[in-house]
Amino acid sequence: MLFLFLSASVAAVATVGIFLTLVLNGLDFFREVSIWEFLFGTTWAPDFFPRQFGSVPLLKGTFLIGIGASLIGVPIGIGTAIYLSEFAHDRVRRVVKPAIELLAGIPSIIFGIVAIFVISPLLQDWFGAPVFNAANATIMLGVMVIPIITTLAEDALRAVPREIREGSYALGATKWETTWRSVVPSASSGITAATLLGFSRAIGETMVVTLAAGLVPTMSLSFLEPTQTITAFIANRAAGDLPTGSVEYLSIFAVGTVLFLITFVINVIAQYVLARQRRRFG
Amino acid sequence: MSRLDLSGIDPRRKRTDRLARAALAGVAFLSVALLVALVGTLVVKGAPHVTKTFLTSYPSRFPSRAGALPAIVGTLLLGAVSMAAALPIGIAAAIYLQEFARANRVTTLLRASIGNLAGVPSVVFGILGLALFVRALMLGKSILAAGLTLGLLTLPIIIVVCEEALKTVPRSMREAAFALGASRWQVVRHHVLPYALPGMLTGSILALSRSMGETAPLILIGAAVYIGYMPGGLMDSFTALPIQAYYWAQDARTAFHDLAWAAVLVLLVLVALGNLTAILLRDRYQRRYKW
Repeated sequence: MLFLFLSASVAAVATVGIFLTLVLNGLDFFREVSIWEFLFGTTWAPDFFPRQFGSVPLLKGTFLIGIGASLIGVPIGIGTAIYLSEFAHDRVRRVVKPAIELLAGIPSIIFGIVAIFVISPLLQDWFGAPVFNAANATIMLGVMVIPIITTLAEDALRAVPREIREGSYALGATKWETTWRSVVPSASSGITAATLLGFSRAIGETMVVTLAAGLVPTMSLSFLEPTQTITAFIANRAAGDLPTGSVEYLSIFAVGTVLFLITFVINVIAQYVLARQRRRFG
Repeated sequence: MSRLDLSGIDPRRKRTDRLARAALAGVAFLSVALLVALVGTLVVKGAPHVTKTFLTSYPSRFPSRAGALPAIVGTLLLGAVSMAAALPIGIAAAIYLQEFARANRVTTLLRASIGNLAGVPSVVFGILGLALFVRALMLGKSILAAGLTLGLLTLPIIIVVCEEALKTVPRSMREAAFALGASRWQVVRHHVLPYALPGMLTGSILALSRSMGETAPLILIGAAVYIGYMPGGLMDSFTALPIQAYYWAQDARTAFHDLAWAAVLVLLVLVALGNLTAILLRDRYQRRYKW
């Protein structure tokens, strides 16, 4: 019994452990770099002298790619969910559903390799883009978030009680009118949560951006230029052997804290929204 | 689902209905097409390079002699270590939460932290692994440090799927056992676990697949680029398929890019085998018990 309880506590201990690791090492970082510079500085140049640690370019990269990926993944994911839940025959469902599950199981390194060796050459041909650019990663991440959005949104749509649909039909609405005006609004909180979690997944993803987005921290908002995200910086920086306690080592923890806090806040909001939906329909 | 009678309806509304239906079907088809295209690309690009040399050799400076043997072994070892660490804890946690926990604040907190942990980006787990396992606990850049990190990463998944498995066992089973005087533990041990086990197994295989496919945490832990020997012990340095593919893909020589394709194809096969086994097991046991 005690063992069972302790096991259940591991997740809580790990959460606290992650937070403490990030914050304690992050605080050491801020002994050498001013918080002001870190939060509002627009130059991220850890390798040049004088070193500059303004995190805004990394945040820009993270959100540019995260938002771009959501713009691709959310319509496809939610559209697929609506089709599966409201329109698809059982036979179609039995093919599409496992396909989505398999897509969810594909390791991220594979998306990264496809981004750099398949997507990038296409973008170079069509738009004259450089080899490494934000669009490579954005397109691939857009595909990567489809399964999580589809699965969560479909659950939300299926939880909408039958009576709501029947009420709408009784008033003479077509299938699509029922779906769009009654079912989707009833599932709106679940669909919102799906969107949020998809976005959170996109900004936390590492391999695609590390391989294909270019590792150049800039303030440019163009998708056809190289950019760097928080996750790509962490992975790239950690690939070398960093002396414990050096500013380079500590910078990983500082930006890691920012990433953790962003995803944490988004996830908490998503959980809250989901809980509200569950209260509504049991 | 019965067909709606749309005969008396304004033709414009009918047209919108048909258009919307077609558009949604198109979008759903696109999702499947993307998967097919992705897997197809991988097979076309990777299959010609998955040779006997590739599967049985060590990495090399010469692409024609380079292989992924230590990476394949490393990936399997990491999967084994992470599951050895995460399965007992995950299953115990699920049993506690589902069968023993009371509805109080502690339980709410535990559940919230599991939900949160599931949403933490994998690279952040890598940071924890680096600071905690590699440096503080001085495990070094070892299979053990990486396996424990991956175990922690898959823990929330295991807990959630095991809880789902426990939930499918009907209440009446438990109540019947209680009525015969069984203790709570006896009920769980003899009447709930046996029926929940297949579901737990299925979920665990999915978690195993997930842990074998992770790359970012391994970069943080410090997986090696070239391993010229077979990793034998838990404290050995290691490489893994995703890491090997990552470094090959970054090489300037295009011959190494072919090897990267081959490596991710082998990785996909390993992961897909896991997922397929899980799906087949699930179907088989779903049919066996009809409550």
